[in-house]
Amino acid sequence: MSYLDYSVKSVPTGLRKILYVNWPLAVLLAAVACVGFLMLYSVAGGSPTPWMDPQMKRFGVGFAAMLIVAMVPIWFWRNIAGLAYAASLALLVAVEFFGSVGMGAQRWIDLGFMRLQPSEVMKITLVMLLAAYYDWLPLNKTSRPLWVLIPVVLIIIPVYLVLTQPDLGTSILLITAGGGMMFLAGVHWAYFTGVIAAGIGLITTVFKSRGTDWQLLADYQFRRIDTFLDPSTDPLGAGYHITQSKIALGSGGWTGRGFMQGTQSRLNFLPEKHTDFIFTTLAEEFGFLGAISLLGLYALIIVFCISTAMTNRDRFSSLLTLGVAATFFLFFAVNMSMVMGLAPVVGVPLPLVSYGGSAMLILMLGFGMVQSAHVHKPR
Amino acid sequence: MKRQTRNTAASQRHITRRGLILGAGQAGFLGLLAWRMRHLQVDQADQFRLLAEENRIKIRLIPPARGQIFDRNGLVVAENVPSYRIMLEREEAGDVEDTIARLGRLIHLDPEELERAREEMRRSRVHPVTIADRVSWEELSRVAVNAPALPGVRPEVGLSRRYPMDQEYAHVLGYVGPVSDYDLGKIEVPDQLLLVPRFQIGKVGLEAMQEDLLRGKAGTKRVEQNAAGRVMRELDRQEGEAGRDIQITTDSNLQSYIHARLEGESAAAVVMDCESGDILASVSTPGFDSNLFVRGISTSAYNALLENKYRPLPNKAVQGMYPPGSTFKMVTALAALEDGDASAEDTVYCPGHLEVSGRRFHCWKRAGHGNMDLSTALRESCDVYFYEMALRTGIERISAMAQRLGLGVTHDLPMTSVAEGLIPTKDWKRSARGAEWVIGDSVNASIGQGFVLTSPLQLAVMTARLATGRAVTPRLIKSVGGVETPTGHGDDMGINENNLRNVRRAMYDVSNNKRGTAYGSRILTEGMRMAGKTGTSQVRNITAAERAQGVRRNEDLPWERRDHALFVDYAPFDNPRIAVAVVVEHGGGGSSVAAPIARDITLQALYDGDPPLEAYPAADRGRIKTQQDNLRNARPHHGAKPSDRA
Repeated sequence: MSYLDYSVKSVPTGLRKILYVNWPLAVLLAAVACVGFLMLYSVAGGSPTPWMDPQMKRFGVGFAAMLIVAMVPIWFWRNIAGLAYAASLALLVAVEFFGSVGMGAQRWIDLGFMRLQPSEVMKITLVMLLAAYYDWLPLNKTSRPLWVLIPVVLIIIPVYLVLTQPDLGTSILLITAGGGMMFLAGVHWAYFTGVIAAGIGLITTVFKSRGTDWQLLADYQFRRIDTFLDPSTDPLGAGYHITQSKIALGSGGWTGRGFMQGTQSRLNFLPEKHTDFIFTTLAEEFGFLGAISLLGLYALIIVFCISTAMTNRDRFSSLLTLGVAATFFLFFAVNMSMVMGLAPVVGVPLPLVSYGGSAMLILMLGFGMVQSAHVHKPR
Repeated sequence: MKRQTRNTAASQRHITRRGLILGAGQAGFLGLLAWRMRHLQVDQADQFRLLAEENRIKIRLIPPARGQIFDRNGLVVAENVPSYRIMLEREEAGDVEDTIARLGRLIHLDPEELERAREEMRRSRVHPVTIADRVSWEELSRVAVNAPALPGVRPEVGLSRRYPMDQEYAHVLGYVGPVSDYDLGKIEVPDQLLLVPRFQIGKVGLEAMQEDLLRGKAGTKRVEQNAAGRVMRELDRQEGEAGRDIQITTDSNLQSYIHARLEGESAAAVVMDCESGDILASVSTPGFDSNLFVRGISTSAYNALLENKYRPLPNKAVQGMYPPGSTFKMVTALAALEDGDASAEDTVYCPGHLEVSGRRFHCWKRAGHGNMDLSTALRESCDVYFYEMALRTGIERISAMAQRLGLGVTHDLPMTSVAEGLIPTKDWKRSARGAEWVIGDSVNASIGQGFVLTSPLQLAVMTARLATGRAVTPRLIKSVGGVETPTGHGDDMGINENNLRNVRRAMYDVSNNKRGTAYGSRILTEGMRMAGKTGTSQVRNITAAERAQGVRRNEDLPWERRDHALFVDYAPFDNPRIAVAVVVEHGGGGSSVAAPIARDITLQALYDGDPPLEAYPAADRGRIKTQQDNLRNARPHHGAKPSDRA
């Protein structure tokens, strides 16, 4: 175990740091956010209120926060990873007692100036913690059972808390992001194979438990799965969302119906048109070309993250960057799968596009750390 | 800041490899998303575009305005009035119960209607539901004023049927009501309109019989709807066609007079115009409020109508079948005269009964009338004379004459269940009763008893035909959409004018000769005198035991066993304008009960309003004056002005 220390002198200092920020990545993020503004303007029927204006302000705050975080040395973030994780856990527990109920789930704490969703915070802090953990852990111990068990527990605790809110979407995101981190850190293949096998077993058990006394999921969760598997069974009830969303997407065609011409969203056939289902409006109004362009922007963001991670010799920086990228990827991949009928409706927003404060702020903080890793990478 | 970061070549290699694998996985998933996007947006675009259009564009029917109905003077008797209802749009209402509670403080909400609305909301979340139906204009205004406090609440206007003279016209016009599954079952290819919720169609009477004319054709409009079913804008529309207005032949003043005059009886009266066959009035009492059926009658109110022993629901004027009794005697007489089996001068001796093949048939006058010719027999309604005529001429000729005069045939009138009645023949008895005709059947039939059944309408037609010698046919629809329909003037029946004159002369004597059975109901005014015939038809057989005890007075019997009282007449005698038939169910004697009513109706029709008292015998004038005053007060629509719309 040999460490290569490098001199602080090779790291830019002071205001010069601003020049070392990964500007292409920042521009890409802003571009995606602009797509969001456009769509929020459209679904409001051509009005900056009630959604576009607040969203722009939030993005402004988020963008500033990203730059501030980027200025702070990356080792600071590594050092406070444990603390951040502990604080997030505390918030998750707190939401159980003081949280407000929205959409049938207990999810946020009202801080007065904003609604804080601890589960969102946890998405980033979990990545931070796991990156720090594997940075600290000697490489040869990575695949030893005890050292594998620790991160598993660290993942399971928040997942359990989020699941009881109940918020299936975020739980899945946390498990997948956590698992991704472990995979990146080099945990042995055998563990993943085992977990996947166990997962299949678990899913089978969950389905078998339906209708018995020890039912493992709530009825509404089972119904969502049913609807996902066959939306036509309940076209006006639970399957309504998926059916209408597919109609909106499909009717866009190659080039779409034109800006603010989407009948599905304008006439309220689309549910949650400004949040989880905003992608359908984009696809309806700008067609396949518009939708694929947004997908391209997302892909570029991932590519920039992977590329900076690959060239960063600092283990924490690499892991963190890839972890944030993976979380970001999961957001839009799950959201798009959901609206295209490839996944059940689990309530995951489209990152930087969907209307919503805490998700955007948290993501921007995450990208702030990615920027910090970029700025402070050993040269 | 001491140790800052650490890295090793080994860990770097690891991350690079795993990172690339993860990146490849992500790229693969992105490819899947892009492929799916292409599949939905390019391959299936047409199909989804169609679905999106179906989502938003709905074809809505524009219900046509139902044709109105006017009487012969242009007075509206069935009209369309705006009907207001309150709809609730769940999507906009937010807290539904809260909105309903607030609405309940403004207007009265029917708990039954509310329960139905809640049920509808549970079933479908997207369609607006009716919270209150048929609210008044005042209530509607109150809701409209408070609209900002009632999100999702929206008033709607439609047309609903109203009958200004519900009681008087209930049987003639019938009523409309919402389409029922039963109605739909009867039609093979129902008009799309019938599927519109709460659409009203004619259920009985003229409304039902002329449904095709009155309904009109639906227009259509293409509208853009939002997900809540609310119409955002109209894309285009194709106008329908309003139903056609119908003018009927009745005179509402006469109709309401007769209705009031028959009040308290289970009775029917028909007044016909001898010239055109126009039904000037057709009344059946008791009436009922036809507007109740438009709204949807309550079970208790409906049961009350069904259980009423005076049977308000059937239209007795055309549906009711009664033994015509002595009013049939003109038919028997004319049959015998036409075939030369008798002449008007032939006399028959009436000892009070006639022995026919061992059975004794009584005359109503036990003591007998003595020598009778046609004129005296009809005037005094001697039964034995007509028994003898029936024996001479036979049932087949009597039946044939009855049918020529419009009895035993179904008259083509747009009313529900117009009765055919029954004029028996030998063939009929063989096939319907499985028995041979016996001579006693002819004897009974000759005085309108036995098998013979006629409706008040048929009696009126018979009287009009006797009065004119023409085959006058009844007509109820005067014009459709302003186009006159053919009259029922009719051609000469080819009956010997001399014979007709003899019968008419005898009918004149009935109410103008001192010995006539209806002399008490005569009309004094020259040029207005009427010719008529009384009838008292038995609804039971008089047993030998009863006869031995002496015939009990009609008034002592329970109502449903009393005789029917009938009277037919036409007037003026020398220039017949109208024919009248009156049947009072279980009313007692034709001369004491039916004749005065028929006389009053006749005068009312001739004078087009209350006649001068001089038309009545001097002794009756005081009583008639009181009666006229009372009836005037009892008629809410008296003196109604014809509308200028017809």
